[in-house]
Amino acid sequence: MKKDRRKLDGNSFLLLITIALFVVMYIVGVILFKDQGFAKTQNFLNLFISNAGLIVIAAGMTIVMITGGIDISVGSVVAMVCMILAWCMEKAGWGAIPSAIFVLTIGLVFGLVQGWLVAYLNIQPFIVTLAGMFFARGMTAVISKEMISIKNEMFLSWAQCKIHLPFGGYVNKKGKLIEPYIYPSVIIALVILVAIFILLKYTKFGRSIYAIGGNEQSALMMGLNVKKTKLKAYILEGFLASVGGFLFCLNTCSGFVEQAKGFEMDAIASAVIGGTLLTGGVGNVFGSLFGVLIKGTIEAFITFQGTLSSWWTRITIAAMLCFFIVLQSIFASAKEKNKK
Amino acid sequence: MKKRVLAVLAASALAATMMPVTAFAGEDDLITVGYAQVGAESDWRTANTESFKSTFTEENGYKLIFDDAQQKQENQIKAIRSFIQQEVDYIVVAPVVETGWETVLQEAADAGIPVILSDRMMDLADEDLYTCWVGGNFVKEGETCADWLAKYLEEQGRGEEEINMVTIQGTIGASAQIGRTEGVANKMAEHPNWKMLDMQSGEFTQAKGQEVMESFLKSYDDIDVVICENDNEAFGAIDAIKAAGKTCGPDGDIIVVSFDSVKAAFDSMIAGDLNATFECNPLHGPRVAEIIQKLEAGEEVEKVQYVDEAYFDTTMDLESIVAERAY
Repeated sequence: MKKDRRKLDGNSFLLLITIALFVVMYIVGVILFKDQGFAKTQNFLNLFISNAGLIVIAAGMTIVMITGGIDISVGSVVAMVCMILAWCMEKAGWGAIPSAIFVLTIGLVFGLVQGWLVAYLNIQPFIVTLAGMFFARGMTAVISKEMISIKNEMFLSWAQCKIHLPFGGYVNKKGKLIEPYIYPSVIIALVILVAIFILLKYTKFGRSIYAIGGNEQSALMMGLNVKKTKLKAYILEGFLASVGGFLFCLNTCSGFVEQAKGFEMDAIASAVIGGTLLTGGVGNVFGSLFGVLIKGTIEAFITFQGTLSSWWTRITIAAMLCFFIVLQSIFASAKEKNKK
Repeated sequence: MKKRVLAVLAASALAATMMPVTAFAGEDDLITVGYAQVGAESDWRTANTESFKSTFTEENGYKLIFDDAQQKQENQIKAIRSFIQQEVDYIVVAPVVETGWETVLQEAADAGIPVILSDRMMDLADEDLYTCWVGGNFVKEGETCADWLAKYLEEQGRGEEEINMVTIQGTIGASAQIGRTEGVANKMAEHPNWKMLDMQSGEFTQAKGQEVMESFLKSYDDIDVVICENDNEAFGAIDAIKAAGKTCGPDGDIIVVSFDSVKAAFDSMIAGDLNATFECNPLHGPRVAEIIQKLEAGEEVEKVQYVDEAYFDTTMDLESIVAERAY
């Protein structure tokens, strides 16, 4: 029991560092770029608007990473989802709602197949999802090599429905009143995030996931159905990948083969920065949210600065990943010592 | 434990501040321009970026905020949102893709910031979302090419002769492909003795250009002219011609012409393989600056604005032209 407490402390400590880092970075941005409007409410909200899809996908990634697995197919799945949405609405003439339901079903099926291969055939998740990644990207190109622009009115009304917030309005230098706003995608992303948090923390399924990731052997001996739990985790993750793709599509309103390349790596990096261990058993979806926000803040730094190469985003994230991995291993070795 | 906490906090503060950032002082009299560039995928693109950077300098009264989207539309959307927050005076975008811009352009319009498109068009339901577009006139490039061919054949005394042509097209659907094909076709009508034997896509690559030319050479034994819709396809076509034991260029059997005018095209002309190349001018910066000055003065600007474009053939002093060119 005592050991358990320590472990929890260590993990929430990692989460606290992530949050503190985000806050510090944001304040630094506000101070450095105060003349350029970094401090505006909208600038903060843009972090959520532009990254709504990634927030959901990083949450899904966190789930499979807690089981000790990984899913590198999500970027391609996002591209495929966008393409199928665009194709269904523009070429097949479907409505926005059936198209959305269709892509969410595809996400479920995709997760089911990958999860079955991982859980019941014991294939390495990396290999399974590598195949998934190639398959999804390939399918995207098969559906259409050309870009498809979404013009469906209902879909566009979802995408462009500004929800104004009652605070933080200002008049810009062109004399226009700008009220802070978010899009429905932000609300969907946050609701899902909270739901996943509750699911992981307060349900049997959620706790089984942690147990399996912590030690699969002992989870098995405790009488948990490891295979079934893993399968469920991948199904959930596949579903979240398609939801993320849907939100991504609300932001870009088009289907295109090259979309969301490298997205899976952004999701993994966000989860790791948020305190999820690649070895499994440890992780928190709110940590991953802050991982995404940190990435967004770095990107904001680069655009506000205006002369730096945007590749600095990657370099800074690389430095942060190293920082967090070292931190995690310090905690892990401290835990080992405590055991002795 | 306490010590470790402190050390970790200090390290995280360090990580946050280590990014090379510089604060700007208030520069109220400068016109701020945000440029969301596609990336740095080719020499053409780099020259385009340089043209903006050298035009929109503080000496000229501008402050340029430059963003490289690394070929990703979502990055460009983020950059435009950031420009809006920074209350730039003008937003310039070279869109990565043609589709999916309504939402973010509406945000710019709501903030009252004019948007100027560079290079590629956007596929928008509401054309009022952007102020104007600046770029190359692909149709005119095609027409210039056909005119050059007519003059060249005339000089060789083949003006009335039956001329067999083939075209290695660009990626089907790309605006450069559509425009250049159309431009050449417009002029074909004036020359009844010209015959277009075949057109196939080489997808703007050297490898595909070579493949297509190989199949052309197998199907037709009397090809006089090869029109390649970019330089890279021409390099492939030249390899295919040589491999088939034929010759090309000013002293060869087959006339090869191409578009874009990248540096390697000049090397190819100097080597005597390529006959002519028709420019696709990347230097959009000065033209965009001109437009912004007009808008500042409250003048109307035309919706579509072409940049000036030239052509180059083997009769020119290519070595000195290459030395002066930016790309």
